[in-house]
Amino acid sequence: MAQVTLTKLNKYFDTTHVVKDVDLQIRDKEFMVFVGPSGCGKTTTLRMIAGLEAVSGGEIRIDDHLVNEVPPMDRDIAMVFQNYALYPHMSVASNMAFGLKMRKFPKDQIQQRIQRAAGILGIEGLLQRKPRQLSGGQRQRVALGRAIVRDPKVFLFDEPLSNLDAKLRVQMRVELKKLHERLAVTSVYVTHDQVEAMTLGDRVVVMKDGWVQQVGEPLELYNQPANRFVAGFIGSPAMNFADVTLNESNGQAVAEAPGLRIVLPGELAARARAKLNGGAKATLGIRPEDIHMAGAADSPDHCFDASVEVVEQLGSEILLDTRVGEALMVASIDPTVRVRAHDVLKLALKPTRLHLFDSQTEMAV
Amino acid sequence: MIEGAVWRKWVFYNIPLILFVFVLLFPFYWMIITTFRPDGELYRPWNAANYNPFWTNNPTIEHILYLFEETNFGRWMVNTMFIAAVSTLISLFCGVLAGYALARLNFPYAGSLGTVIFVTYLVPQTLLFIPLAEIIRNFQLGDTPWSLILTYPTFLIPFCTWLMMGYFKAIPKELEECARIDGASRWKAMLYIVIPVAVPGILSSGIIAFTLSWNEFIYALVFLSSPDEKTVPVGVTSELIRGDVFFWGPLMAGALLGSIPVAIVYSFFVEHYVSGLTGSVKG
Repeated sequence: MAQVTLTKLNKYFDTTHVVKDVDLQIRDKEFMVFVGPSGCGKTTTLRMIAGLEAVSGGEIRIDDHLVNEVPPMDRDIAMVFQNYALYPHMSVASNMAFGLKMRKFPKDQIQQRIQRAAGILGIEGLLQRKPRQLSGGQRQRVALGRAIVRDPKVFLFDEPLSNLDAKLRVQMRVELKKLHERLAVTSVYVTHDQVEAMTLGDRVVVMKDGWVQQVGEPLELYNQPANRFVAGFIGSPAMNFADVTLNESNGQAVAEAPGLRIVLPGELAARARAKLNGGAKATLGIRPEDIHMAGAADSPDHCFDASVEVVEQLGSEILLDTRVGEALMVASIDPTVRVRAHDVLKLALKPTRLHLFDSQTEMAV
Repeated sequence: MIEGAVWRKWVFYNIPLILFVFVLLFPFYWMIITTFRPDGELYRPWNAANYNPFWTNNPTIEHILYLFEETNFGRWMVNTMFIAAVSTLISLFCGVLAGYALARLNFPYAGSLGTVIFVTYLVPQTLLFIPLAEIIRNFQLGDTPWSLILTYPTFLIPFCTWLMMGYFKAIPKELEECARIDGASRWKAMLYIVIPVAVPGILSSGIIAFTLSWNEFIYALVFLSSPDEKTVPVGVTSELIRGDVFFWGPLMAGALLGSIPVAIVYSFFVEHYVSGLTGSVKG
């Protein structure tokens, strides 16, 4: 049982303001992921929860205890570091035992806990080795094991997978997810990789320049991004953006740009009318996976001509880098279609999947 | 590595290396050969028919025996060992703590303080011995081992501090942070994690500090006067150079025997020593 509450959390390094008014309630047993580009304040926030950085303003509560001034050792948390931070002079078993020894656990209980954690992670055979005799993936497991044996209130992860190669990263990602389901401990996970955020998080916090941009379940961020930054950050390949002008024509709201004329569907049009003036500049967003080759079923209101610049054949799909008027758009299309560079294609988009952002505030309409 | 033709490897790699090794090792060879040459050969004129400076056919241990029977050499060795060991321990203790503080604790002016400590190391001993002599006299420590044990740290502590500071900085901060999250106080994290990881660095500064105090000359010459209290470098030079007469055989024997303990210390720790100097911390 542990929930973590951040209230108006702020952090200054000298005069640099790196974490700004973060308000967040991390629920019991929740897997909360902080995601954002480097320097967005996500790691600093995590380190404040850990007690490794002093809080400049605001409050951190674990359950209902204010922990601002509590040293890391007394917060009952465990942390997995990006570089694993295994104690190089100790065997794997001693690495895992260290935290328990510091807390004066009896020997047999330490043994029992190490065996259990090693069993969960499949590292029973490595217990007597030194960290330098382990591969990257094994070190990662030991670092996890060291956190598990402690049986803490909260797990903190600071980009734990970023030092692994791509294949191992995917594998460990799945294991982390299974592990969380099995242990059901409140976890806070920091990453710059939106795929990790989407796959692991019960909820995801997107941060930029120290501000929280949006908090929500992964699909919520994907389907209803709060602003242009979140829309562009979540999803791979990234969402396409086109600067458009909004006009009324025959009672319909139309987004127009050179080479592009899209009639907005009813609901979006209503919102656009309510929030933006006619003739206003806006940014139209559409995800690559919501664009397809135009067919008979597609209304001309949602079609446009695209000149193909690069064809990326991925096997399961084809990514087309295309030019539509002045805008660059990526489309993910059916792998069976034969396309070559410099072809001009008719593409269509799913009108219900359109996003519109205010050009000034960048907020979603 | 040098790539390309074989001659390039010889010209740029092998020959310079051989020359370098020769230049480094020749003094030791000279020391050894002189130690075992009888006086008759040592003082033979250079133009004599059987003059042969690089070899001897009649090796003798008379110089070594002379050293132990006619001088206080054994006593000097014990003195030097004691003084070097104690002053090294004091300096290491202070250096490790100060180096850790300068590298890890963020207090105001930590950076400039580190520089100031380094500057004190740069003050030449040839200047410093004058005020130090005054201090030693006032504390009535003259002619005791303590006059050296307490003055050697004046240059050993800055040296150890500086070396340890660099080594501590190379140890990933996360190790300590992890230990603190694991339930260790700052003090325990230092004791159980940082210091064991820093052992190669501690050993290297210890060895260098030991060598520096073993070889120290000026303070030992100034602060010690009675033959019984002297250290090897001072004892050998003051007792075996009388006026302008150099007793080359015993002198070299003293130098040879005096360098053996240092060589043993080095060879014993050589692996740690090298990794300490190159600052590698394997995670």
